[in-house]
Amino acid sequence: MDYQTSLEFVTVRIAGQLCGAPVREIREVFAPQAITSVPLARGEIAGLLNLRGRIVTVIDARVRLGLPARDPSEPCMALGLERGSELYGVLVDEVGEVLRLGADTYEPVPAHLDACWRAMMSGVHRLETDLLAILDMQRLIAPESAMAA
Amino acid sequence: MDELIGEFLAETAESLDTIDSELVKFESDPTDRATLDNIFRLLHTIKGTCGFLGLTRLEAIAHAGETLLGKFRDGTLTADSAAVTLVLQSLDRIKLVLAGLEETGSEPEGDDSDLISALEAMATGEAAPAPAPAPEPEPEPVVEAAAEGEEAYDADLGRPLRPGEVSLADLEAAFMAAEGPEEAEGAAAHDGDEDDDADEPAMATPAVPAPAGAPAQPAAAVDKADVPKGEAVRTQSTIRVNVDVLETLMTTVSELVLARNQLHQIVRDTEDSALKTPLQRLSSVTAELQDGVMKTRMQPVGDAWKKLPRIVRDTQQDLGKKIRLIMEGEDTELDRQVLELIKDPLTHMVRNSADHGVEMPDVRAANGKAETGTIRLSAYHEGGAIIIKIADDGAGLDPEKIRAKAMEKGLATADELASMSEQQIQRFIFAAGFSTAAKVTNLSGRGVGMDVVRTNIEQIGGSIDLHSEVGKGTTFAIKIPLTLAIVSALIVKSGEARFALPQLAVRELLRVGPGSAHTVESMNGAKMIRLRNRLLPVVSLNGVLGKAESGDGTLNGYVVVIEATGRKLGVVVDDVLDTEEIVVKPLSAQLRNISIFSGATLLGDGSVIIILDPNGLSNELAHSGEEVVSEDEASAQAAAADRQRLLLVRTGEDDVKAVPVSLITRLEEFEASAIEVSDARHVVQYRGRLLPLAHASGVDEFKREGRHPVLVFSEEGRAAGVAVEEILDVVEETLDLQMGSERPGVIGSAIIKGRATEVLDIAWHMERAWSGAPQRPARAGRHSILLVEPDAFARRMMAPLLAAAGYDVTVVSGLHEARDAAQMGAQYAAIVGDPGVLDTLSSEGYWTQVPRLGVGEHTAATASTASLAAIMRPSDRGGLIAALDRAARGSQAA
Repeated sequence: MDYQTSLEFVTVRIAGQLCGAPVREIREVFAPQAITSVPLARGEIAGLLNLRGRIVTVIDARVRLGLPARDPSEPCMALGLERGSELYGVLVDEVGEVLRLGADTYEPVPAHLDACWRAMMSGVHRLETDLLAILDMQRLIAPESAMAA
Repeated sequence: MDELIGEFLAETAESLDTIDSELVKFESDPTDRATLDNIFRLLHTIKGTCGFLGLTRLEAIAHAGETLLGKFRDGTLTADSAAVTLVLQSLDRIKLVLAGLEETGSEPEGDDSDLISALEAMATGEAAPAPAPAPEPEPEPVVEAAAEGEEAYDADLGRPLRPGEVSLADLEAAFMAAEGPEEAEGAAAHDGDEDDDADEPAMATPAVPAPAGAPAQPAAAVDKADVPKGEAVRTQSTIRVNVDVLETLMTTVSELVLARNQLHQIVRDTEDSALKTPLQRLSSVTAELQDGVMKTRMQPVGDAWKKLPRIVRDTQQDLGKKIRLIMEGEDTELDRQVLELIKDPLTHMVRNSADHGVEMPDVRAANGKAETGTIRLSAYHEGGAIIIKIADDGAGLDPEKIRAKAMEKGLATADELASMSEQQIQRFIFAAGFSTAAKVTNLSGRGVGMDVVRTNIEQIGGSIDLHSEVGKGTTFAIKIPLTLAIVSALIVKSGEARFALPQLAVRELLRVGPGSAHTVESMNGAKMIRLRNRLLPVVSLNGVLGKAESGDGTLNGYVVVIEATGRKLGVVVDDVLDTEEIVVKPLSAQLRNISIFSGATLLGDGSVIIILDPNGLSNELAHSGEEVVSEDEASAQAAAADRQRLLLVRTGEDDVKAVPVSLITRLEEFEASAIEVSDARHVVQYRGRLLPLAHASGVDEFKREGRHPVLVFSEEGRAAGVAVEEILDVVEETLDLQMGSERPGVIGSAIIKGRATEVLDIAWHMERAWSGAPQRPARAGRHSILLVEPDAFARRMMAPLLAAAGYDVTVVSGLHEARDAAQMGAQYAAIVGDPGVLDTLSSEGYWTQVPRLGVGEHTAATASTASLAAIMRPSDRGGLIAALDRAARGSQAA
């Protein structure tokens, strides 16, 4: 996504790493409940859940980033987003705050990052104490496994 | 302008379809003035709109066509088939141009002078005998005056009329003659004068049909004109709504339904009474809304038939056949999505019937048939499905030819064919790559055969069947679900996960594992069960889903026998929970490539479950050998415990019903003259006594002559006869009542030989024969009964059955709960269930006066079950209900 126009980011933690998701892409943030797992689906599909009568396909961001899947008992949050008429939920460990960031702290994706990470990111913001990995949400929920960038 | 053109395209397409069928009708009766007026008006409207939109090519064709029709109208020309063909051709040309217009947004280039000159030649050439011939293209008032017999200079238009053009006054007359829906509309048509001026292209007044203020009137008038002909009349006040809007509405309502279900669940759990009343109201409003929205999606099946008269007519012309097309039940409605999907298969089948079914007139005459063949198309609702039949009285399917062809194509070996019934052989026409037409005609046989038709129909969860008799004709029957959005599904369990399996594919349900009649056996890893002396391949749902099999590898649970992609297979599941009406929701792109899933749905408790795709499951078997469904499994004579012998009888014109053979004492046949009326009852002398009779149709009208088959039933020393029209067959089937029935005389419906068949309520009919009036519907209130059944599966299957038979059923799972109920002072008219438990209850002194009906596999009475009024096999549902009726009645009387 175009980082320069998405100035507001929701910060989330995924396996300890601080990440940012562009606010205008996020429909809502919710606590996922009663996820129905889908056998035979690819690893990153955590399952399906019912969000106010609509069926949401839940994707585990950890798996998408090449990390081991989360333990179902761990607490987590989900970012809800839409692609076409389909609803997706991206599982993250926790949701932080909304940050307004300018182009001055922006850096392109470091070239020596792991390929999985590189494919899912659109840049990095240098925060005072931390690095904020900007997630490419559409890539994250894309059906094709275009991981090898 | 784009929007205008879109509107124009939609409107014109409809008009053209109407003109198509109207023309064919007109051709058969050239004196039918109303039809001609209708055609004329529609074409005129098209012409006018084209002029307004600057579509010159279309306008020219429409104008020439209109000129010719004008000649028919004023009687200077009679419509023969050559002339009608020419008009039809010009309609085809218009459609062609429209298609181009739709694609590119502008009229495609092309030369229509050939067609136009042909039309003009027809109009003028044939008109030669008329007083004043040969109108030049240039306005020539005198000529027109003679030809049209009216004022050629039109005052409304302020210019002379062009050849063939109709004055506004004339047009007005046509509109008026068409008896508008009501006076106001007639007046409105007057107001529409200015709009009609649009048939003069130079004038930039609003267009005739849709956009302007008085748009609906011509259309409304057209609709109304159809009324006297008894045709399908659509509503008089309709608006065009974008299909997307309806789809969205449907989705929203589905969500509302689910939200309501959830709310119900919550209220049930919390017992908050303050919520109950508003929730009930919400519930009923939601149901109404759902009904209404479903209706908006419904379209009469006739919409898919509009093109058929034209197709049949063209066949007649091309092949020199004489065919009458009869359409019945075109008002029968079904979901527009389904309608779209069956349109092509239907067209193909009618084409087939016209092309291959009906013989040439001389052949028909030689065979002693009327020269004109008949193709009868009918549609009606049955259960949750719509049945469409296409019947012709043609040559029928010749099994010998099909046999030879099947051999030639390598579809079956000679040995296999030798053992097949005629019907099985006829079904080969549905096999892939099969076509019997000796020569390929221009109408059908383009490589798409009945196999494609079958596939298309099966894809939407329907089925197709055929019945053909050599020399008499062929009937195809298509059964399709009314809607694809909401389906009935069986909820099954694999491990802890639940899945939905669409009911339409489910044939039967068996229990497997230790202690049950069936076991899953395996051979080199391929699993199968023995079912009625045959092997049925099975797949384990756990296995298909990639889960580990439980424990030692023996499979426990249930086998759901499904039929998909033309074969039967069993799916082993851990448990069967319920049946539920589910709203089908598509899976996201991420999951759509998993072939055994077809969607997802939300259950009442709010959880999401996945819908299994029977076709996908069937394909999972691909590697484990082919087991093509045999149509004639009834011949496999194995009386498995869950099967029953059923007598199929015809009770009315086309009304097949089933009766469990076990209930019938004898089958007799009486001379119709032997049936007498005594004390307002029909009786017949039988073995020295009077046997009271009832007719299975529920209306006591007996044959006046010939012999009447009668099923004789007896119980408690009394006998009664139930007369039927015809005894058809005895089949061995699992009697699984799918639906209860509100109608007296019928217990419910079950799938028998692949058809939904009603099962007769024998107790009701016997009662009617004895008393002249049945007791059952009059039974004051509903009897309460207690169902004690430790087996969850039996509970789930029996409770709805008993409820459907008119009982208030209290269900308990065992002795403990039953004792509790007894101690609470609950009273029941009868107790049904596990013999052992019933026995214990009575020995403990509970409900000793209440009749008890044991239900168990072993019907042999043992000492311990002596206290029971009767003991029935669970599969003998008809018998169970009958026994229960007697027991409950007895207890009521006591």
